[in-house]
Amino acid sequence: MRLQKPLLEINGLKKYFPIKGGVLGRTVGEVKAVDDVSFTVFEGEILGIVGESGCGKSTTGKAILRLIEPTAGEVKFEDQDITHINAEEMRKLRRDMQIIFQDPYASLNPRHTVEKIIGEPLLIHGMNHAKERKSRVKELLEVVGLSAYHASRYPHQFSGGQRQRIGIARALANNPKLIICDEPVSALDVSVQAQILNLMEALRDEFNLTYIFIAHDLSVVKHISDRVGVMYLGRMVELTSKDKLYDEAKHPYTQALLSAVPDPDPDIEKERVILKGDVPSPADPPTGCAFHTRCPMAMDICKTVRPAFLPVEDNHFVACHLYDGQQQNISHYQLNKEGEHV
Amino acid sequence: MSRIVLEIKNLSTHFFTDSGEIPAVDQVSLHVHKGEVVGIVGESGCGKSVTSLSIMQLVPNPPGKIVGGEINYKGENLAFASEKRMKKLRGNEISMIFQEPMTSLNPLFTIGNQMREAFRFHQKISKKEAREKSISMLKLVGIPRAESIIDDYPHQLSGGMRQRVMIAMAMSCDPELLIADEPTTALDVTIQAQILDLMRKLNEEKDTAILLITHDLGVVADICDRVVVMYAGQVVEEGSKREILKDPKHPYSQGLIRSLPRIHEREQKLYSIPGTVPKPKLGRVGCRFAPRCELAFNRCFEGNPELYVTGEGRRSRCFLYDKQEGEAINDATTEAVIGD
Repeated sequence: MRLQKPLLEINGLKKYFPIKGGVLGRTVGEVKAVDDVSFTVFEGEILGIVGESGCGKSTTGKAILRLIEPTAGEVKFEDQDITHINAEEMRKLRRDMQIIFQDPYASLNPRHTVEKIIGEPLLIHGMNHAKERKSRVKELLEVVGLSAYHASRYPHQFSGGQRQRIGIARALANNPKLIICDEPVSALDVSVQAQILNLMEALRDEFNLTYIFIAHDLSVVKHISDRVGVMYLGRMVELTSKDKLYDEAKHPYTQALLSAVPDPDPDIEKERVILKGDVPSPADPPTGCAFHTRCPMAMDICKTVRPAFLPVEDNHFVACHLYDGQQQNISHYQLNKEGEHV
Repeated sequence: MSRIVLEIKNLSTHFFTDSGEIPAVDQVSLHVHKGEVVGIVGESGCGKSVTSLSIMQLVPNPPGKIVGGEINYKGENLAFASEKRMKKLRGNEISMIFQEPMTSLNPLFTIGNQMREAFRFHQKISKKEAREKSISMLKLVGIPRAESIIDDYPHQLSGGMRQRVMIAMAMSCDPELLIADEPTTALDVTIQAQILDLMRKLNEEKDTAILLITHDLGVVADICDRVVVMYAGQVVEEGSKREILKDPKHPYSQGLIRSLPRIHEREQKLYSIPGTVPKPKLGRVGCRFAPRCELAFNRCFEGNPELYVTGEGRRSRCFLYDKQEGEAINDATTEAVIGD
């Protein structure tokens, strides 16, 4: 394993969106899209983040890059807190931190050629020679499995999978260290999805990249990730290595989520936990543990006290009162300080 | 086997566009028995949705048109039935639910108002009776506080609840056949589990036949009895759920199943089918999958394979299963498979 040095540390990240109402447009409430999330991403790893729609996984990804300004919390990239640096410094840092979006149809400018799309980040980060840029674009196209002659075409001339390859090439342009992948394969068909996943894995090995892989599809996340975090209603409820998470999930929500995934093998008989009801509104989340309204194991304490996100075993964080007393009483932050512990 | 509710024979639906005639559905045949759940599986553009819309005569015309074939519903051919006849059947004997429930519910009317329509149209009962029946249908599909939800508007409900309302509506006149076009694709997994559970329950209790269109083989494993795999407008394979998922015969089905990341297995590198789905066009020569097929040989590029019988109730559109080809090819390809 190459999990040693933290590349990115997130402590108490919050993003509240105001709800405007009334005649005067005053703020009448807040949607707690991300509510006190902490985790660490190590160099060279793929950290998966899963959760259902509205759980705040995409907002987390965007808040890390400050594409959405976080309300509170600390994001440390290579030991530097990036939440308070100015726009110019942030722009320089984005060379190292890139993002790939879900919808390759919407994230590529239809009026630009592929060469312009991929060349733009190069230009912004100081590659001024057109010839140099051109050869780099061709090199990037070949890296992602397209051909150099594709450079003069427009996005609409490509299929969904090819467009996602262009998005990946653009993210790779400046040799980033971290790529946040926000649902990169969910708009693609199964056979194409496999091609893109394989490409992303190969690129990780080739360029020693670190990914935060955000997706709702648990099988995809399992396939690609080293560690996986599960989010529910703006909070991270469980975080551990993928094998531990899929084999011995601790949080009742994770257990229900895993049991709900239909498996294409008709011989697998599994006990299905069918959750009642829907995810509550993040504008008015339940008190205490956000999951207690749907939790099959809810206790009295769950209704009033929000469970802390603490490790139960080494490298297995969970936020659930079922494990009160078993948790090692060191906060995530302290663990990060000591580093070696994790 | 119980009687056949729906039998489609050589159905062809073409679209007539500025850039020419597009055979979206090309000579498709399939059948559904009473009380059976049949899945149509395929990737986007394979013609699975157009097939289901053709059954209901809902293909937008122009540009789409059924150009040939039969759609036999209980012995009656619906392929060229009149609009008047179709109105009698839709929502009454055959009903349909769609992927995105928000776009299939009218945002300007209450749930009760929209549910009442089907009862009033097909059963000629009073408004009051219709309201009572609607409430009991909502309860059947597991909607809490049905008495007050019935006066809500679609936007006040969550995605899962809206899909339940759609199912309640579709089931309200006790249809013989329910066509579900990607009913859970827009929903989260925990809600998907609830909806699949509900559909299974309705299928068992009311003996409704279900034709389920999906791209998700996990959903197929969960609920279907039989599966039809489509590729580029054609049926390429047909068989029971277990046969298709465990022992697929057609190279496309094999590739599709191998390219799925599994939650219960550890694999290193994911298999992927090279290339992309071809656009349907007229006069294509050769097997449509041949350009992406690892096992393709000369004949695949020269002739059009038929659906060859490969077992009881099993058919596969691949020359490998053509008896006339003999054993020689089969031997050659088994080696190729082992070598891979």
